[in-house]
Amino acid sequence: MNTTETREPVVIIQNLKKSFGDNHVLNDFNLNVYKGENVVVLGRSGTGKSVLIKCLVRLLDADEGEMKVFGMSITDLKHKELDDIRAKIGFLFQSSALYDSMTVRENLEFPLRRHKHKISKQEVDALIKTALENVALAGTEAMMPAELSGGMKKRIGIARMLILNPEVMLYDEPTTGLDPITGREINHLMLEVQRKFNTSSIIISHDMNCVRRTANRVVVLINGKCYAEGTYDELKNSNDKNIKQFFD
Amino acid sequence: MTKTFEPLKSFFSEVGGISIFAGRFFREGFLPPYEFNELLRQSFEIGYRTLTLVGVTGFIMGLVITIQSHPSMEAFGTESWLPSVVSVSLVREIVPVITALICAGKIGSGIGAELGSMNVTEQIDAMEVSGTNPFKYLIVTRVIATTLMLPILVILADTISLYGAFIGVNMKQVISFNLYTNQIFEKLSFSDVLPSIIKSFFFGFGIAVIGCYKGYYTRNGTEGVGRAANSSVVVSTFVVFIIDLLAAQIADILHFT
Ligand SMILES: Nc1ncnc2c1ncn2[C@@H]1O[C@H](COP(=O)(O)OP(=O)(O)OP(=O)(O)O)[C@@H](O)[C@H]1O
Ligand SMILES: [Mg+2]
Repeated sequence: MNTTETREPVVIIQNLKKSFGDNHVLNDFNLNVYKGENVVVLGRSGTGKSVLIKCLVRLLDADEGEMKVFGMSITDLKHKELDDIRAKIGFLFQSSALYDSMTVRENLEFPLRRHKHKISKQEVDALIKTALENVALAGTEAMMPAELSGGMKKRIGIARMLILNPEVMLYDEPTTGLDPITGREINHLMLEVQRKFNTSSIIISHDMNCVRRTANRVVVLINGKCYAEGTYDELKNSNDKNIKQFFD
Repeated sequence: MTKTFEPLKSFFSEVGGISIFAGRFFREGFLPPYEFNELLRQSFEIGYRTLTLVGVTGFIMGLVITIQSHPSMEAFGTESWLPSVVSVSLVREIVPVITALICAGKIGSGIGAELGSMNVTEQIDAMEVSGTNPFKYLIVTRVIATTLMLPILVILADTISLYGAFIGVNMKQVISFNLYTNQIFEKLSFSDVLPSIIKSFFFGFGIAVIGCYKGYYTRNGTEGVGRAANSSVVVSTFVVFIIDLLAAQIADILHFT
């Protein structure tokens, strides 16, 4: 673990605060993510895990605090620069967020066409083919999202985030709502992505199988703060009842 | 005490919200980048999806209004005026309003439900992180498409309703198509058609802005989607009548009578 500390963090979150009216969701949250590392954020439902990563890509504006990705402060980026940063961040939404009215192919094409304006049809075809092969769903180009199972949707979602070769991945509950076997496949996929592309990830989860398999480091989010931090085993053996409850 | 003001308060906050939303449309809609492909696709979708419904309703309106007007015209011995009287009321009022109401039901609820479900399933967020301004891509295109398509649909429905009226007239008396069209265009003038086309633009704008507003700000998951679709229809139907009322007043002031 000491080796990670000497490396430059890819994502820095400092004293992040976010409230909705009287609902103080995040309260001085701190987190660093290093290159090539999978950090799992563990927390109960409604503690603000989704809010945390949405602040990180400015889908929500933080009230206070500093967030840096690749050394750039996210909070004061102009529109164009923000888009450039967003192209380097992959976001898997909790509900997969595939575009219902588009085929799988069009879903994958969308971020490509939007972020890279000059790209030939051949390049697009090749990238889509590789992206689908990466998630073991080759040949589904013409299908509509409604025809896909939950697990397939998650995988297409991952393919869509991979297609731009992001350096940071944000996974919002990648295995929730899936059977254990499909969940394991998704875990495997996330590890493979990390290994192949040396990406850094923030994985939000309360599926302990997913946490055990994918986490290099686990952060426990309670009351809007980073309550505890450590490897899976360190936290599992903790005596704190707030931490223990996740492992029972 | 505060309870009694609650509905009033929510009414004004709704009106305010919609106005701000419409203002944002004008601010963002005319700045590049423009989403031309999406605009074309939406125009086609919106026009094509309502074409049959509007056409059939137009035909029935023409037919029914003629049949219904016949007895009273006959009683006054003014049967020969039937084509001109019916065509003026169809073109000036009945067809534009009925078409707008159908579109409020079909297009308004469609937009509300579609954007609502895109919102609750985070598709709008996904667009935003994909380097797209969702307001431009989703809202501006739909508002412009509906605003442009509604007058076209009204002109189409006008034409079909006049055919319907021709059949209605022929059920009671025999009149050639040439004579019928002559009679219509003797009475029906530019000042009848123009205000009805102009107000159709406003109908389209109102319907789309309300559908988009309701869909874009959907909350509370899937339940909210149903509510967004429903209230899009209710509010835009109401707005169609308000616009119609204003249009009648304005046309009167400008002597488009
Ligand atoms: N746009 C919003 N407006 C108002 N409140 C919000 C908004 N988004 C989230 N919240 C509130 O913030 C809190 C945290 O929500 P969040 O979605 O981050 O939970 P979560 O930790 O991701 O939970 P889950 O595991 O169920 O997904 C909730 O109380 C929620 O009601
Ligand atoms: Mg969440």
